[in-house]
Amino acid sequence: MSSDLTQLPLEELLEQIQDNLYGGNAEPVVAGVHELLRRGLTPYEALTQGLIAGMDVVGEDFRTGKLFVPQVLMAAKAMKAGMEVLRPLLAETGAPRIGTLVIGTVKGDIHDIGKNLVGMMMEGAGFQVINLGINTDVEKFLHAVREHAADILGMSALLTTTMPYMRVVIQALKEAGLREKLIVLVGGAPLNADFAKSIGADAYCRDAAKAVATAKRLMAEKNGAPIA
Amino acid sequence: MERRLPDGARWRALLESAGPVLADGAMGTMLFEAGLMSGDSPERWNVERPDVIRGIHRAYRDAGSRILLTNTFGENRFRLALHGLDTRVAELNEAAARLAGEVAHAPGCDAVVAGDIGPSGAILAPLGDLERADAVKGFAEQAAALYAGGVDVFWIETMSALEEVEAAVEGARQAAPGVPIVVTMSFDTHGCTMMGVRPEQAAKELTALGAVAVGGNCGLGPAELLPAMIAMRAAAPDAVLIAKPNAGLPVLEGDRAVYRGSPEEMADYARRLTAAGVRIVGGCCGSAPEHLRAMAAAIGDRPR
Repeated sequence: MSSDLTQLPLEELLEQIQDNLYGGNAEPVVAGVHELLRRGLTPYEALTQGLIAGMDVVGEDFRTGKLFVPQVLMAAKAMKAGMEVLRPLLAETGAPRIGTLVIGTVKGDIHDIGKNLVGMMMEGAGFQVINLGINTDVEKFLHAVREHAADILGMSALLTTTMPYMRVVIQALKEAGLREKLIVLVGGAPLNADFAKSIGADAYCRDAAKAVATAKRLMAEKNGAPIA
Repeated sequence: MERRLPDGARWRALLESAGPVLADGAMGTMLFEAGLMSGDSPERWNVERPDVIRGIHRAYRDAGSRILLTNTFGENRFRLALHGLDTRVAELNEAAARLAGEVAHAPGCDAVVAGDIGPSGAILAPLGDLERADAVKGFAEQAAALYAGGVDVFWIETMSALEEVEAAVEGARQAAPGVPIVVTMSFDTHGCTMMGVRPEQAAKELTALGAVAVGGNCGLGPAELLPAMIAMRAAAPDAVLIAKPNAGLPVLEGDRAVYRGSPEEMADYARRLTAAGVRIVGGCCGSAPEHLRAMAAAIGDRPR
């Protein structure tokens, strides 16, 4: 690989960053991000045109079965490395805030591979993500939603026996007056759209790629304007 | 008191005669039928409700199952930790193995006890956080307890990652080198496992690890497992193949998940699976004794 990134036309540089993201190569992604900034792109532009655009391809190929969990995890790690460069700069430059997601696997359930994938893909889409881990109870969900002024709450359950707990959390959000402003997304193998509707969630997301698309769409509706 | 045979003797005897062999059906589904509540630990019932566990084993045995899986799917230390039971791995696994043994090895019965070993629920390093050495240790601990309880074979199932299978096989070998090992994976994502393992790749690699039988379990149902088994057959023509599909996918009725796959449907697929070269068939989530009875009749494994 050519070590002189400075010679590449912008288009090829962006393409190279996206390829490296796809391949899970963290170091070249970081180098590419630095080069974008050196050329005067804003941190927000570097984020959207480099990292997010690259993760879109990863998400799409995951959805269609071209990529599997290991490749997505590697890509997400590379994304994270690039994001670490950008995060402080994004805050400094007052870049548009994309949104904050609080996510967790519900009480009684320890499955977190799918939920972590959603978290990483959402980070890949530029969201700030607070991952509460597994076995999360109502109090922990409510506390985190308040503390981080979350825009979105994501709940996951892999067991038919634990998914009813999602209804309990949504009920508690209503009682606490937090439900109105919040987008609630649910996911997990045994769920479906009917279940999501019946418990009062905003949407069921079949996989991580779908979660990102749905989050973006609902955030845009909420803000009355599309985001990147 | 049952006689303790040489390690693996019952397993070898089971496969000596030609023809298909019926394994059992779901444990979890039956436990919920018996009143296990959401969030409860199914593992605890090995010591607190042994009558229920024994009853489920007996129902499968009487339906014609000749392989009974212990109620230990989630009984490695990683998963027991959720219920605060991770210090009780030895006790719970040994108890479960004995319960299955009381039914399988009862006078006049020639069923085998398969010590069920499920996934850790974590992803192995470097991709994930679980160090390989810790995984091996955890699986060895569970396998040692199953062995102490008298299992005839280790049954590593519902796996997604080859790295984790390797760790589980290594742990089982450490615990009891003479006990045969069976491995099945869950092909539930675009025809592969969640981690992207293709059936033909699984057939080759699991056989290379020394598994005495390999196959697929759980997943999306028998219709989706059939092509995976055909691919495994082609990749490993001499392997003993196992298919233990769910009774379809769960459908929600209120907050309750119901598996709609009928006994007739499972019987039909049992026939197709054995015709495709699968030697051992059974059911996973949603399959009850009535499904297994229909499957026994369909494949001509003698009912009892």
